[in-house]
Amino acid sequence: MSRPGATRPDQAGKEATWEGARDPRIVDATAEFPGPRLKRIWETKPGLLGWFATVDHKEIGKRYIVTAFLMLIAGGLEALAIRLQLSRADQHLLTPEQYNQLFTMHGVTMIFLYASPVLSGFSNFLWPLLLGSRDMAFPRLNALSYWIYLAAGVFLYAGFVVGLGPDDGWFNYVPYASKTFNPGVNIDIYALGLILLGISTTVGSANFVVSFLRTRAPGMSINRVPILTWGTLTASAANLLAVPSVSLAFFLLWMDRQFDTHFFDASQGQPLLWQHLFWMFGHPWVYAIVLPAMGMVSDALPTFCRRPLVGYTPVALSTVATMALGFGVWVHHMFATGLPTVALSFFSGASLIITIPSAVAVFAWTATIWTGRPVIRTPFLFFASMIVLFVIGGVSGVMTGSVPVDWQLTDTYFVVAHIHYVLIGINVFPVIGAAYYWFPKFTGRMLNEKLGQWNFWTMFVGFNLGFFPMHLLGLLGMPRRIYAYSAGMGWETTNLIVTLGAFLFAFGVLLFLINVAWSLRRGPAAANDPWGGATLEWAVASPPPVYNFAVIPQVVSRHPLWEDSLAEGEARSSLTRGLLLDRGRETIGTTPLDGQPNLILEMPGDSLSPVILAAGLSLVFAAALGHAWWLTGLGVLICVAALITWFWPRRVHGDVPRESAHG
Amino acid sequence: MFTMVRFPVAAAFGHGPSSTAWPMSYLTTAGPRADPVTALVWGLILLSIAVSFLIAVLVVWGVLVRRVPGSDEGVASMAVSRPAGGLKWIWIGLVPTVGALVVALIWTIYAIRAVDSPGQSPALTIEVTGHQWWWELRYPGSSPNANFTSANEIHIPVGEPVLIELKAADVIHSFWIPALGGKTDAIPGRTNLTWIQADRPGVYRGQCGEFCGLQHAHMALVVVADPPEAFEAWRQAQLRPAPQAHDTVRAGQALFDAHCGACHTVSGTAAGGIVGPDLTHVMSRSTLAAGMLRNTRAARLGWISNPQALKPGARMPATDLSARELAGVESYLETLR
Repeated sequence: MSRPGATRPDQAGKEATWEGARDPRIVDATAEFPGPRLKRIWETKPGLLGWFATVDHKEIGKRYIVTAFLMLIAGGLEALAIRLQLSRADQHLLTPEQYNQLFTMHGVTMIFLYASPVLSGFSNFLWPLLLGSRDMAFPRLNALSYWIYLAAGVFLYAGFVVGLGPDDGWFNYVPYASKTFNPGVNIDIYALGLILLGISTTVGSANFVVSFLRTRAPGMSINRVPILTWGTLTASAANLLAVPSVSLAFFLLWMDRQFDTHFFDASQGQPLLWQHLFWMFGHPWVYAIVLPAMGMVSDALPTFCRRPLVGYTPVALSTVATMALGFGVWVHHMFATGLPTVALSFFSGASLIITIPSAVAVFAWTATIWTGRPVIRTPFLFFASMIVLFVIGGVSGVMTGSVPVDWQLTDTYFVVAHIHYVLIGINVFPVIGAAYYWFPKFTGRMLNEKLGQWNFWTMFVGFNLGFFPMHLLGLLGMPRRIYAYSAGMGWETTNLIVTLGAFLFAFGVLLFLINVAWSLRRGPAAANDPWGGATLEWAVASPPPVYNFAVIPQVVSRHPLWEDSLAEGEARSSLTRGLLLDRGRETIGTTPLDGQPNLILEMPGDSLSPVILAAGLSLVFAAALGHAWWLTGLGVLICVAALITWFWPRRVHGDVPRESAHG
Repeated sequence: MFTMVRFPVAAAFGHGPSSTAWPMSYLTTAGPRADPVTALVWGLILLSIAVSFLIAVLVVWGVLVRRVPGSDEGVASMAVSRPAGGLKWIWIGLVPTVGALVVALIWTIYAIRAVDSPGQSPALTIEVTGHQWWWELRYPGSSPNANFTSANEIHIPVGEPVLIELKAADVIHSFWIPALGGKTDAIPGRTNLTWIQADRPGVYRGQCGEFCGLQHAHMALVVVADPPEAFEAWRQAQLRPAPQAHDTVRAGQALFDAHCGACHTVSGTAAGGIVGPDLTHVMSRSTLAAGMLRNTRAARLGWISNPQALKPGARMPATDLSARELAGVESYLETLR
């Protein structure tokens, strides 16, 4: 019995047990075969039902990105309102309550509804293309993840638009978040909305982990995957461990508020418990929303330096190391809470040590520039500038990681500066760069280069003008989360500069949106591989066909498209000759480490179950908010019905029954 | 930009924060609880600037040096190669990185030790309780009639360590006098300890450092460091109950007792509320409403008539006193020295 891929030269001696129901043939893909046949198999039905039912990872990825950018715009407008209020001393544009809801929603939006989902969007679109697969491991789960994210976003904003948004900051400390001090529905919306969002994050993360382990192209061993997938994998694994902590915290808080339990109150519970539960989640989360973006830089920066990334292995390992260490630093958010100094010293040490893997990445990128041939195009500008912004955010992180220094810095604008250098520098800049880089793959058109460079410089200057002086405000003692300050504090000039910078930065983001809107219609058509990239997504058309790859590619190196140019060995990856999987929605399953094909994965088709399940779950949460328990019950019934149709047995595609294959 | 340029000069030559343009800055500090940390703050700032500058130069320089002019358009057709020598960047870069981190960690632990507890036993203990949105101060004495209570204005003797026992009455607050040391949270259900010491006489401003609700922005306090004799005189004055109201203000006192006494205490009178600040010696304090207003007649009248207009959300309700009654209450307050 032949085992596809098992006898390739580079995999000699390593064999995987073939578990597939049949042995697929190896064929050459042509324009006539098997593309048109696969198109019929994979295409989503037109019309509204098809739109709701699609499980195509590319469609879901694009929806994630568009929704996340809408959230970025909302969060940005909130920030501009905040900056107007703070532009001068003692302004009265906003009431304290409005201000508190604005800064809370700004944080909630950017951290939960933009920064993580936008990366999920890129990864959803790109992963199967990078890995040589036809979809994520669990396409319906993928759709469910998106619909719940959308529902949670609507849920969280529903209160805010009627003036009942959460108002205790994104980390929502008790007892201010308890019913006694915050009696409105504001905090309940936040609590339930975040539990709902946690479901989306959890199922999405599980999908990434399994997709990474089992859906890579034959020959794509674990040391040949793009760094972006390492970033998303580690972030996803971390989410699976971290999200339960915050979901539990919000559930207990909701119990305290609605059913008079006493988990967090001072008399019988423990207010500090909230901070532990929140930051045990919160700090790993911060790494989860930057590591995939760092992965984008690690993969795309080398394209513009015309050489492979320097130090693939150290960078991949440091990605994992950062995440692992990221679970041991949460107390650095709590240095001023009066915990024993011995404990603080430990967390201080961990917070400084976590710099080391980050430094590995910084030096690897810098070395890639110095030993490459950098080409200045818009994506490169975003990626290269990110290195510098990352370092600024990193060194200010070291400062806050030092316990006694943090006693002064914490809860001042220094921390606001730090978090924005981290989140804008390491998330927004790479994301916009990635948008320029992969836009041709998403849409088949190029973004405008000239406008792109204006876009970059406006954002770069605006960002640094807006956020660098915040370090100084922090050192001059301006606390964060104050809606007003008086003239005698010496903060006025700097605040005015910050506001001007924020508006310039916002204008830069607007230029990006204009570029997207213009290029979607008028941008020049993109070739398959407009940048001369190294990885598999550039081997397919722009935009890719619905089935991604006509035949499953066979991979022999990290840079399948650069093998001729690099000439580092005889073996060549095979992109147009490979396994034929055309008896239904199928892709190949491979072994977790070596990427040896060992089974055919039969993929589910389009289904309305995910969107109905998401609607049912939303009903459960919305009804719980109003204590309408019969509606909660109805929501549960809808969920059960959706799950029954979801798991209803399907006809298998293979024409050889499993029993006879083994018989 | 003027602020930023002028800043380091003033910081280097300023004489304590009370005399600078930045009363909340901790780049110059005035006591042994703060100074060892301030040195570390400066050390890490300079290190951070140096590292950021170095990497920025490396990136920009690298792009300029390695770039092939005119190649930008043809990126897709440019050859790819793998020149050697990249990996040594990582190892060479990591050596100073690890070195700097080890130094930072050792200095950090040294600074923690240096400020962990005062070098001599504290001269006195003050109980500070955070409220939404003001600070209650209790100075315990050797006997019950040697205790007194005040608000928002801490007096301490200069040159001596003072122990602070931190509590919170409602939500979490954070005690922070930048020139005298970093933050310590006041958490309901716990008592946190910290200490301060001012080496120079002066007024040191502080502010709540943990978001605590609507008026978190207006929850300031000051520390007044007095020479020992002046501090003792102040303490003796605070211990005295309010003087017998003069006939001219007796009507005002009656109004005060009726309208304000349920929340405020004036020691030695019928007003014994504990919800709001103790007003026995309110005229000895420089500000009202937790540092928000200077303690002037106009401010007192405005504050009493409608606190919500000045500090929306504050726990003190508007009063329905007539202008005449208001003036009477204010005249009474003026006697509380």
